[in-house]
Amino acid sequence: MDRRATLIDIIRKVSKKNVSLQADESLFDSGLLDSFALPDMVSGIEEAFGVKIPDADLHPRKFDSIERIESYLESLKQA
Amino acid sequence: MTLLHSFGAAVPSRAVTNEELSPLVGRTPEWILNVSGIQERRWAGEETSVVDLAAEAARDCLNRAGLAARELGMILLSCSSGHRQFPGPAVQLAQRLELTATPAIDIPLASAGALFGMSLAADLAPTRGPILVVAAEIMSRIAMRAPQDSAVSVLFGDGAGACLIHPDQGIARIRGSLLGSDGSFADDLKLEFGSGISMNGRSVILQATRKLPRVISDLLARLNLKAGDVGTFLMHQANQNLIDKVADTLGVDRSLFFSNIRRYGNTSSASMLIAASEWAADARLRSGELICFAAFGAGFNWGALLAEAP
Repeated sequence: MDRRATLIDIIRKVSKKNVSLQADESLFDSGLLDSFALPDMVSGIEEAFGVKIPDADLHPRKFDSIERIESYLESLKQA
Repeated sequence: MTLLHSFGAAVPSRAVTNEELSPLVGRTPEWILNVSGIQERRWAGEETSVVDLAAEAARDCLNRAGLAARELGMILLSCSSGHRQFPGPAVQLAQRLELTATPAIDIPLASAGALFGMSLAADLAPTRGPILVVAAEIMSRIAMRAPQDSAVSVLFGDGAGACLIHPDQGIARIRGSLLGSDGSFADDLKLEFGSGISMNGRSVILQATRKLPRVISDLLARLNLKAGDVGTFLMHQANQNLIDKVADTLGVDRSLFFSNIRRYGNTSSASMLIAASEWAADARLRSGELICFAAFGAGFNWGALLAEAP
């Protein structure tokens, strides 16, 4: 499964909604993720991609859309 | 050996239900209950000050302890909802207790203030003598102030709690504590002068759900213990969903986390000691039973403290 498909899978699991998602769609404004689903999504990302996201990077805006999450994961690779 | 000796509490008599609050905040009672686990909270009358609540909780604690105020070596008062910049309410609390030379120190840390106070008191009591830690807040006036954020204003209530930390007597020996602060997120939960509470709820929950289980686990690990060894968790009563999340992350039964948020809402720094006071009234501690306190709040500041029944 490629990265985007994995992210969509994680989001569907934590939101418990089997929806189709646009990469630039706000996961918060769309109502897909509430405050308590967000930590679950972050944990899901860490587990699925084998990364450790430091607390200093845990700004909600970094995780507000698939595009932003992908961009953040890219930045982790380059760090 | 420093010990938790006694607890006390004071809450205003007026209970404000979700049904009463609903038209004031434009949210349904069911929505409020669902997002917070809160059914009602207490609101202080206009004539009541944080010092009134603090003094009532302090006297309740001292009465339960059988200790005269003059025997105190120090007072620590956590309060972020006082009515003026300085002096803070700690000296007024001391004055209400008829103390005129006992050091009285303010801790304006918001939600984590009581936990920080207990940790400091545990370190200071061996040299200062018995220390009364009090946390008192009147959050309703702030939470209902414009500009109002209904997702925030539904959470808060008023009250005070107190804890006596004693150098050599008590119900549970303090084994250790861990505290942390990170000002990088100071703007995500703040109260500016003359304004309402500003909260980035997603950031608060994201950080709290990480830092609380971690600080508890780290403290326990230092003492060669694990979460499953703890008999009771007494956490800052911020939000029932957060309390449940911390329990789930630690892998312990949610019922081990004492909770009274349904009846009092989030009383900021006062909440943990109000909860502790209610818990202690019915607690039948077994020898060796562990009690873990934890809090997270504006700053961000967070921490945990572990005590063990002798």
